[in-house]
Amino acid sequence: MSTTTVDDHHDEHPGFFKRWITTTNHKDIGTLYLLFSLLMFFVGGAMAMVIRAELYVPGLQWVEPGFFNSMTTMHALIMIFGAVMPAFTGLANWLIPMMVGGCDMALPRLNNWSFWILPFAFTMLLSTLFMPGGGPAGGWTLYPPLVLQTGNAFPFVIFSIHLMGISSIMGSINVVATILNMRAPGMTLLKMPLFVWTWLITAYLLIATMPVLAGAVTMLLTDKYFATSFFSAAGGGDPVMFQHIFWFFGHPEVYILILPAFGIVSHIIPTFARKPLFGYSSMVYATASIAFLSFIVWAHHMFTVGMPLVGELFFMFSTMLIAVPTGVKVFNWIATMWRGSMTFETPMLFAVGFVIMFTLGGFSGLMLAIAPADFQYHDTYFVVAHFHYVLVPGAVFAIMAAAYFWLPKWTGHMYNETLGKTHFWLSTLFVNLTFFPMHFVGLAGMPRRIPDYSLQFTEFNTMASIGSFGFGLTQLLFAFIVIQTIRGGKKATDQVWEGAEGLEWTLPSPPPAHTFDVPPVIK
Amino acid sequence: MSSHGENSYYIPHGSYWPIFMSVSLTTLLVGFSMLLNEVPIGKIMMFVGLAMTLFFMFQWFRTVVLESEHGTYNEQVDLSFRWGMFWFIFSEVMFFAAFFGALYYARILSVPWIGGAGSELTTNTQLWAGFESMWPTNGPAELGGDYKIMGAWGLPAINTALLLTSGVTLTIAHHGLLENHRKPLIWGLVATILLGVLFMACQVLEYYEAYAHLNLKLSTGVYGSTFFMLTGFHGMHVTIGAIMLTVILFRVLRGHFTPEQHFGFEAVAWYWHFVDVVWLGLFIFVYWL
Repeated sequence: MSTTTVDDHHDEHPGFFKRWITTTNHKDIGTLYLLFSLLMFFVGGAMAMVIRAELYVPGLQWVEPGFFNSMTTMHALIMIFGAVMPAFTGLANWLIPMMVGGCDMALPRLNNWSFWILPFAFTMLLSTLFMPGGGPAGGWTLYPPLVLQTGNAFPFVIFSIHLMGISSIMGSINVVATILNMRAPGMTLLKMPLFVWTWLITAYLLIATMPVLAGAVTMLLTDKYFATSFFSAAGGGDPVMFQHIFWFFGHPEVYILILPAFGIVSHIIPTFARKPLFGYSSMVYATASIAFLSFIVWAHHMFTVGMPLVGELFFMFSTMLIAVPTGVKVFNWIATMWRGSMTFETPMLFAVGFVIMFTLGGFSGLMLAIAPADFQYHDTYFVVAHFHYVLVPGAVFAIMAAAYFWLPKWTGHMYNETLGKTHFWLSTLFVNLTFFPMHFVGLAGMPRRIPDYSLQFTEFNTMASIGSFGFGLTQLLFAFIVIQTIRGGKKATDQVWEGAEGLEWTLPSPPPAHTFDVPPVIK
Repeated sequence: MSSHGENSYYIPHGSYWPIFMSVSLTTLLVGFSMLLNEVPIGKIMMFVGLAMTLFFMFQWFRTVVLESEHGTYNEQVDLSFRWGMFWFIFSEVMFFAAFFGALYYARILSVPWIGGAGSELTTNTQLWAGFESMWPTNGPAELGGDYKIMGAWGLPAINTALLLTSGVTLTIAHHGLLENHRKPLIWGLVATILLGVLFMACQVLEYYEAYAHLNLKLSTGVYGSTFFMLTGFHGMHVTIGAIMLTVILFRVLRGHFTPEQHFGFEAVAWYWHFVDVVWLGLFIFVYWL
């Protein structure tokens, strides 16, 4: 066939740099995403350590308050856009083509670009810490007028967010095109594995909301440098308008951070309960309902900012409605385990831990949804406890579960089960030690994003700090296990897990670079 | 490796265009940031980055066009491109939605509130006493001073006619392509491009009028902000669309596209119609009402 194209077809053994920089293979790009995400997980984690070291006891000891604020801001930006989102995209790259029986992602060059924007975007973002005036310090939500006081870092922050947005949008377009167009014959929509379904819906959320964030930060940029007055009342604008536009992106964003996790858990629990997933189609409809509701709840982040009473009520009730489809999901996971022949290998431990602790985070979310109660909770550590419960033992645990679950498939080696279990139990112990006390100090009125606090909060904060150091160190064990598994270990079988079902388990472990060049037959 | 036969899905190997695009785009944005921070080298860096971005974009698309012309893409690849373009345009729609959202928020909520509407009486009496809610407005501080608004029935109405006509001429070109009549195809494209260029010329004239005679500027409060950001981003998209149409015209002149396979043409047509529809929103909500 055609050989007259510019891109090289024949160089099957390129050198190290050429291979990884120019790759269009979904497995290679998936690996790049996952390793990048792991790196950012440690960078963002180091920032969390700075925060917890400063809060170990009251008073100011280690860092300047301004730097503390930029640590909280950067920790969030790095963890959300650098760690969790790329981890999910990496998993999507590795798994979706194999799960739907496609030969690769639909748009391979674009796929490479989606990844290779990220290192540049995050170099730009991290470089702001060394600029006159320091990094962004107004919180990751970038509320004006506070954020407009950022120094030289400001345009760099804005443009790095634009770059991350381009990466996410292009990556999501690729996921949607792959799912809609690369399925093997017979793989109908309602036969697709749930990870594929949740990602299809996540990709839709991303394409719909990332451009809105781009618009919002563009308005910030022009307000600061080009004399527009979108967010200035003097010119007829309103700072609260930014919050509305931001959270129109921001709330779907939190579902972007959790829907693929739902998909992962829906693969792992049936495997180790040795039963098919309970209520497959209700899972699909619940995911779609959550996605729909995510667009009409945003102002629950702004109850105390002020809006008409009908607004408070509408956003309160619509938010509480999300508990219904989420409850369906939790019910289905538990019903899947009911009377199953369960075993508790590391992925299952993380998945069960996810169900329990994510639900805890969901409950505190329900408390926060009640507008009058939120007047008390707003901007306290209770909120910090809530979203860390859904993001750390929620999203991050699901990513860890996925890593243990599919690593044998990707590398052809089994990880060390004892170390894996140790990693799980230490993580679970420390994550609760870190975030559970935050509920108490939050309810007692300790505000977030302040480097100092009243004496009565000392014990709980010291506990949280010790927990966070333990959690941070435990993750070094995770990095060690991953590297060890990549380098060697017991050979994994093709099916890997006794109860595993799905197209990816019919392939060799590790799979060859190109799989399903000829579409598989779907029963 | 990627191609086992005439009908397999084409997977390109080892492409340098993405990494070059990332380097170029980063150069452009770092340059722009430095320019905003008044670092002398910023401006040069920005233009170098812009030139690099355009160059590598050209190269990347050139690769795709060559591959397409050599019959590398089967129907399934074509469908991937269709889904890709469709969702890309959807993302663009959402980008404009953010700015339309800002416009509606200002008109329906924030300006009346500053004027004391609803339960916001104290906002008016305590902070902005004497301000009466109206639209258009440059806010209670009257930023930018006295100004005149841009009426709908002068240049903007002409522009609406120009863009709507360009949608028709583009459809004529498309029908020419489908029926393999190259003449209406070529002249339809030429007419569409000319109408697009004419539209942009009118926009430039309108901006000149605004700045020179109406004292209507980007800094004219929230009216100026929404007016120039919405029309400005739209104008940018028209310019990009006109460039894309020009590329398509050159491809047509070289004999590219068949009645059966011409997604490049259709993608640009979709984009052009999208730009058209955004303009109708602008004409109604920014200029007219």
